[in-house]
Amino acid sequence: MTATPLPPLLRGSGLRKTYGRKIAVDIDGIDLREGELLAAFGPNGAGKSTLLRLLAMLEKPDAGGVEFRGESGRKGERALRRASAVVFQRPHFWRDTVKYNVGLGLKLRGVPRSESEDRVSRVCDQLHISHLLGAHVSELSGGEAQRVGLARALVLDPEVLFLDEPTANLDTDSKLDLRQDIERAVRSRATSVFLITHDRTEAFHLADRVAMIRDGRLIQTDTPKDLYENPVDVYTARVTGAEFTIPGVVTGTSGRMVKVDIGGASLAALGSAALGERVKIAYRPEDLILALMDGLVRGDGEGNADRAPGTGGLSTRNRLSAVVTERRDMGGLVRLRMQGPVELVAIVTLDAAEELAVAPGAKLVVMAKATALHAFPSGWHGAGRG
Amino acid sequence: MKKLPRRNRFGPVDPLLEALRLLTSGDLYVWNVILRSLRISGSALVVAIIIGLPVGLAVGLARFRFRLPVVAFVNAGLALPPVVVGLAAFLLLSRAGPLGDLRLLYTPAAMIGAQAVIAGPYIAAVSLAAAQGIPADVALQARALGASRWQTILLRLREIRTSLVAAVAAGFGAIVSEVGAVMIVGGNILDETRVMTTAIVLETRRGNFEVAIAMGIVLMLIALCVNAVLLLFARRSFTRASAA
Repeated sequence: MTATPLPPLLRGSGLRKTYGRKIAVDIDGIDLREGELLAAFGPNGAGKSTLLRLLAMLEKPDAGGVEFRGESGRKGERALRRASAVVFQRPHFWRDTVKYNVGLGLKLRGVPRSESEDRVSRVCDQLHISHLLGAHVSELSGGEAQRVGLARALVLDPEVLFLDEPTANLDTDSKLDLRQDIERAVRSRATSVFLITHDRTEAFHLADRVAMIRDGRLIQTDTPKDLYENPVDVYTARVTGAEFTIPGVVTGTSGRMVKVDIGGASLAALGSAALGERVKIAYRPEDLILALMDGLVRGDGEGNADRAPGTGGLSTRNRLSAVVTERRDMGGLVRLRMQGPVELVAIVTLDAAEELAVAPGAKLVVMAKATALHAFPSGWHGAGRG
Repeated sequence: MKKLPRRNRFGPVDPLLEALRLLTSGDLYVWNVILRSLRISGSALVVAIIIGLPVGLAVGLARFRFRLPVVAFVNAGLALPPVVVGLAAFLLLSRAGPLGDLRLLYTPAAMIGAQAVIAGPYIAAVSLAAAQGIPADVALQARALGASRWQTILLRLREIRTSLVAAVAAGFGAIVSEVGAVMIVGGNILDETRVMTTAIVLETRRGNFEVAIAMGIVLMLIALCVNAVLLLFARRSFTRASAA
């Protein structure tokens, strides 16, 4: 992961694309920096693939433009075409052998045959598909086809690699293998990558920065760490694991903190909202700390439990009383549904649950650090950032 | 004029054996007619390819206004009756016709023209249908690989090369076995415009069944070859599609 800002290699400005009445992409600005892996993350139909085609200059935007190394228009397009490669979600292969397909881009660029064969052989070795070189493309499995597609792109030694959900149609094992191969291949070549994915793990595991996209708009672009710690809206918070929300009204503000009335109780949370504004507080169930009156257990989802003799000396700003209404065991973890001033959900380790002897009807104290709660104005969809 | 053997009475096997003898002994009359047929139909095929293939591919690949009526027009060519094509060519090329001054009537050139008009729509319609069936992602993938505009077109056509061979084979099959148009515009003149189909009609009327059968055998062999080519390509496509 790199935090140092690098100069943009590819820049899309004021990009807008519509299909009929549907706005597919409406983004003020997006940059791909030299050597970084930028993941565009969002649900199906968010406009990610359209954005990829616009940035790869394979499709013309209705408004705005794309610059590659400061060049736009036909000059920029020509330069990008020579310097980039694309792996589509369902790559098209010409009815021929794997060798023909992998070497096709080199042939189109006029690379001599001997050099082309060397490069094809090298990249296929790297991706463990050398045994497939003589096979007809119709004989490939889904995973093999994606590897061949990746090989066909990597053999070009691209400065910019566009990957459109390369693991979307694969089973779990093939997905993990290909993800590792992508990371290894990309990192060893210092290629800039624009990756489209709707797989949270993929985006946050592979990317230097993640661009959150929804309804064709860029919600937030940040490093995975910053997205996790400072999500700008409920959607991003949910993506980073803060999948539950508590509605409330802002009763006080102080710097980056807000005080929110949630109906009979008050919570302190990170966020910026005006007094009296309706907000939603997003939290991760594993961030809630549960305690009996004489003890404290915090589940971290890793099978560990912190113990403290009492709740007195804790830094947690938020404490609520709640009654357990449901307990669900999930392997080594236990998910608890509780009713306090609002309904709450927590995940603790099995050991922690046993020590607390939690069962439906048990009375607990639920605590949360203010920095673990994120308040967002209700109905907020975010704005372009980064 | 070559003197042809005549028989008034024959058994059922005699003409067939005689036909095979004519073919294997290299009978000049029979082989001249066969070679002239192949020459005329081959030339017509080349003309039909030069005109039909670009038209079919252009209409199939391009997106333009009023494309649908153009597609309908090209496809309508498939239903063109050869004898009507012959009649139209005759009226155009006859002395009183608009192209009468060219003096092409009853020449191989007129036959080539008529056959090209018959084969052209076959080739255009089949290649049009094939081009329409090329998935949109082929062009996108080609461009993503760095293909120029022409390279993209060639890569798209590469995907339908078997269909294009089938289109040409179908066009050839349609004209080499055609009799109406070539009879009208060629006139079935010995050593000039007599081809297999017109010779079969003539020799059957004359009672020279062995000659007619010899040419019929060659026509059948050509038809078999054309169908074998079509079947081979269709099977290859089917096998690959099934494997995919």
